[in-house]
Amino acid sequence: MDALILSRLQFGLNISFHILFPTITIALGWYLFYFKLRSDMSGHPVWMRIYRFWVRVFALTFALGVVSGVTMSFQFGTNWPGFMETVGNVAGPLLGYEVLTAFFLEATFLGIMLFGIRRVPNWLHTLSTLIVAVGTTLSAFWILALNSWMQTPQGHEVIEGIAYARDWSAIIFNPSFPYRLSHTLLASGLTASFLIAGLSAYRTLKGDNKLAPKIAIKTATYTASILIPLQIFAGDLHGLNTLEHQPQKVAAMEGIWETRQGVPLLLFAIPDEAKRTNHWELPVPNGASLILTHHMNGEIKGLNEFRGQHPPVAPVFFSFRIMVGMGMLMLLVAWAGSVYLLKQKPMPVWMLKWLALMTFSGWIATLAGWYVTEVGRQPYLVSGVLKTADAVTQIPPENVGLSFSLYLLLYLFLLVSYITTLRLICQRAVNIEEISDEERLSAQPARVEGMPPLSDKGADNAI
Amino acid sequence: MPFDYLSTATLANIYIGLLGLAVLLYAILDGYDLGVGVLFPPRNEGFRDTMIASIGPYWDANETWLVLAVGLLLIAFPSAHSQILQALYLPATFMLLGLILRGVAFDFRAKVIATHKRKWDLTFKYGSLLTTLSQGYMLGIYVTGLRTDLWAQCFALLAAFGVTAAYMFIGACWLILKTEGELQRKAFQWAKRGLWVLSIGIVAVSVANLTLHSEVRELWLGTSMGFVLAAIPVACFAFLGLCGLVLARLPQAKGKGEWLPFMIALLVFFLNFLALGLSYYPYVIPGQVTILEALSDSDSLRFLLVGTAIVVPCILAYTVLVYRIFSGKAEQLTYY
Repeated sequence: MDALILSRLQFGLNISFHILFPTITIALGWYLFYFKLRSDMSGHPVWMRIYRFWVRVFALTFALGVVSGVTMSFQFGTNWPGFMETVGNVAGPLLGYEVLTAFFLEATFLGIMLFGIRRVPNWLHTLSTLIVAVGTTLSAFWILALNSWMQTPQGHEVIEGIAYARDWSAIIFNPSFPYRLSHTLLASGLTASFLIAGLSAYRTLKGDNKLAPKIAIKTATYTASILIPLQIFAGDLHGLNTLEHQPQKVAAMEGIWETRQGVPLLLFAIPDEAKRTNHWELPVPNGASLILTHHMNGEIKGLNEFRGQHPPVAPVFFSFRIMVGMGMLMLLVAWAGSVYLLKQKPMPVWMLKWLALMTFSGWIATLAGWYVTEVGRQPYLVSGVLKTADAVTQIPPENVGLSFSLYLLLYLFLLVSYITTLRLICQRAVNIEEISDEERLSAQPARVEGMPPLSDKGADNAI
Repeated sequence: MPFDYLSTATLANIYIGLLGLAVLLYAILDGYDLGVGVLFPPRNEGFRDTMIASIGPYWDANETWLVLAVGLLLIAFPSAHSQILQALYLPATFMLLGLILRGVAFDFRAKVIATHKRKWDLTFKYGSLLTTLSQGYMLGIYVTGLRTDLWAQCFALLAAFGVTAAYMFIGACWLILKTEGELQRKAFQWAKRGLWVLSIGIVAVSVANLTLHSEVRELWLGTSMGFVLAAIPVACFAFLGLCGLVLARLPQAKGKGEWLPFMIALLVFFLNFLALGLSYYPYVIPGQVTILEALSDSDSLRFLLVGTAIVVPCILAYTVLVYRIFSGKAEQLTYY
């Protein structure tokens, strides 16, 4: 294998591993702020318990995100020297603003958020929680501005093969940025929601009858139920935007070879790039035209218009179906859960099992979505400006092979450690003895929502 | 565009200054927490818990200075960035693996079952060691101008041990400041031993450094500037000597002046960094590429400078805030 394919594998591995953690922490940061705010306003100890349980998960997840992120800032130079040499004048300041405005903010206030509650006034602790959430979101803002510019570049001028920035607001607010930002932030919201609902359901299934996991399930399931239709809407808009600016990517997503009208939506197929056709098609007549052009007979350009300039079809085609399928499953599960919550019935075991099963569903959908958009940009690294093959390193392939193998082993090990540790944190929470929340509740006729403050803060001894 | 009045040469100086500041702050800040990691005693869990508690609220932000430093190199001097990191591909990879291992071990150790805690503690120790050795090696190869011959490799190995000794020394000084009782007594021992190793290391690296580039030799040994520059090593060893005295007296001082060793370590770091910077300015790759040759487009740098001028003072301010909030002896860490 040559340095190009190895470098691509390595960067793909790194960025896939990295995104798992920020996609949780961005939204989990806001959840923590919500929990802390509820605690401050109601004074009920259960909110602080929920906060303390999830702040542990946040700390672990954040650490994994940081270390895998540091790796990437080096790989731009080690593996993709052509990237910065060609478009560095645009990409550099965007990365710089991310480090300056986001990384220091979140890393510094994280210290106060995790360890400072006894040392700072409560309002400062709540504010630090908010600042960490703002920091993670700002980080997403800058990095997605850069990623979107790589997809739909504008506001620059290429002189002798090197890009020069001409209009920064055009660069930042490039055509695909608003759609990608909202799509990604909603994805983070869904990932965190299903993680919270899933782990809390797991605790309940393991016999945890405390109030905290019940409230967490309720908060997360309701949030997911609201976010998922928004996400489907945002995804649709993003798709239309891609059709306008990167039609070859949409053609690969839908497996469309010939330009025609009234294109069917393929629920399943096996794209065959050698013969430039599909096998085993399962079509819905006129479906793709309807979704993409909002007309039954709308015309969609096929891959054959972009010979040699379009991405590999099969990975984009299947990733897209995995993402959409996962989204639909999320919709079903979240709404089914919400029905039980709205009826104020306890969730049956099968419902809890489904929530637990879906704990990491956000990861699958997020990864699949990123594969669609990133593989879909190939053969370009920056659409129309720089090809991936032209940016790659001169390092001997053996060295890249060695580093790739080491990263692969390490990341597999860390992923297993992360998931088993989450399980362990849950099991510990189940086993901690405490004054039963039900006892408190029986003294307090009010329901969970809008619970009146309880005076007995001293018993706040368990999660 | 704001800062239009800044010439290209001025921008190059501003950015190499910022890069220098980021590297120096990284070496000091992540230096002490890496040093604490390398000093991790495998046989004393109580010490390890307190040592972790002493760096808990800070390490994440400390490491961010590395991201800023690499980022500034990438942004301001992109061709140097790719040349340096391609030449240092394997040591950079090992440094990153070390940083990953120690970073996650920090969190895992507190959350896993008791029997696994020690394994993560050892991961923290040896991950830190792998990081410091790799950083020293990278610094060594960088200083030679990215040479690959045997002498350059030997110099880099020397630098690897020198940097590790420096981090262990500042880590020990940090522990004197942040801990008490038995662990503090241990930290005094570590600092005394570290002081000797560090002093020998500084002499060795400085002398070896003179053999690398004729320009550097002329700068330091030549007549005109030599006398002025000689103040730097003189001051450095005066401080190291003072530190030796302080370390001998402090245990009887009943808690007074415990910040002194750390402050001196900080000054020693600064002086060594200054000497290094003066030796190689205006090169961004010693003897090979100057800052002006590697500089990226001025307009992009002006655009980033606007944010830098606003944000960097804020970063420094809230960093100071956090150090004030967590001042005093380290407490047992409890996630809240």
